[in-house]
Amino acid sequence: MTIGLTHYLTVAAILFTIGVLGIFVNRRNVIVILMSIELILLAVNINLVSFSVFLHDVVGQVYALVVLTVAAAEAAVGLAILVTFFRSRGSIAVDDASVMRG
Amino acid sequence: MILQAIAFYLLAATTVAAGLAVISARNPVHSVLFLITAFFSAAGLFVLLGAEFLAMILVVVYVGAVAVLFLFVVMMLDVDFAELRRGSARYLPIGLVVAVVLTIEMIFVAVSVAANGAAAHSTGPFRAGSVTNAEAIGRVLYTDYVYVFQAAGVVLLIAMIGAIVLTLKHRVGIRRQDVGRQTARTPATGMRIVSIKSGEGIDA
Repeated sequence: MTIGLTHYLTVAAILFTIGVLGIFVNRRNVIVILMSIELILLAVNINLVSFSVFLHDVVGQVYALVVLTVAAAEAAVGLAILVTFFRSRGSIAVDDASVMRG
Repeated sequence: MILQAIAFYLLAATTVAAGLAVISARNPVHSVLFLITAFFSAAGLFVLLGAEFLAMILVVVYVGAVAVLFLFVVMMLDVDFAELRRGSARYLPIGLVVAVVLTIEMIFVAVSVAANGAAAHSTGPFRAGSVTNAEAIGRVLYTDYVYVFQAAGVVLLIAMIGAIVLTLKHRVGIRRQDVGRQTARTPATGMRIVSIKSGEGIDA
């Protein structure tokens, strides 16, 4: 009944897959796609931290911090782009973003 | 040890269930709230692993900043979310196939890595001795990995500038306060004395 590395990796794998599935299912809603990407990055963080703990090497947690930073920056810029897109089009459907021309 | 197993299964089940709710909720506000739940229970998993510092950072950064940012945007934009969901079931079968294959593959890889990989000879999870988790991270973060730390700061700075540049909008035609003009105003320019004849009134 001891909880090993495999247990944590399995949770991370399931969470990663849920993120990928979320992009498939909510194909047109950018906000939910961004949230799915956050779930994927969270799964990556669980992987990094569990390997860091089981290998007795704290560097994995340093890189988990970096991933956290990148995720926060990605959310900020993504939502800023979303707000700008909504202002110019009045919609956030991904299908409407098919041309480069503003 | 049994208590730890119960806590793990509880937190893991909550994380997975909240993750599923994020992608299946009809209302995006509910999605954001389930995302917060998922992050909280993932932080619980981190505490269980012994990475307390990262768990607290996860709560502060994700729940305090990112999720609230999502909540702001969802509530600010007036979007017909029901219309956005139209036709989404069409991609559910292929998505499920991909998801099942991906999960099985990753679990196989996880099992074989845990059995034969670098962590195969691990003596179990690291238990903090005299050095706390935050101190252990600080000792490597500010010495060997200081450039990584600085790069993370630059990423945040550029993201902040980018977000401001993208959303800043100079609107023309609105009146703003001009302190210089206000203080430069004198009685000579600001008022005039007129004598009004009775019965005529005054215009402007």
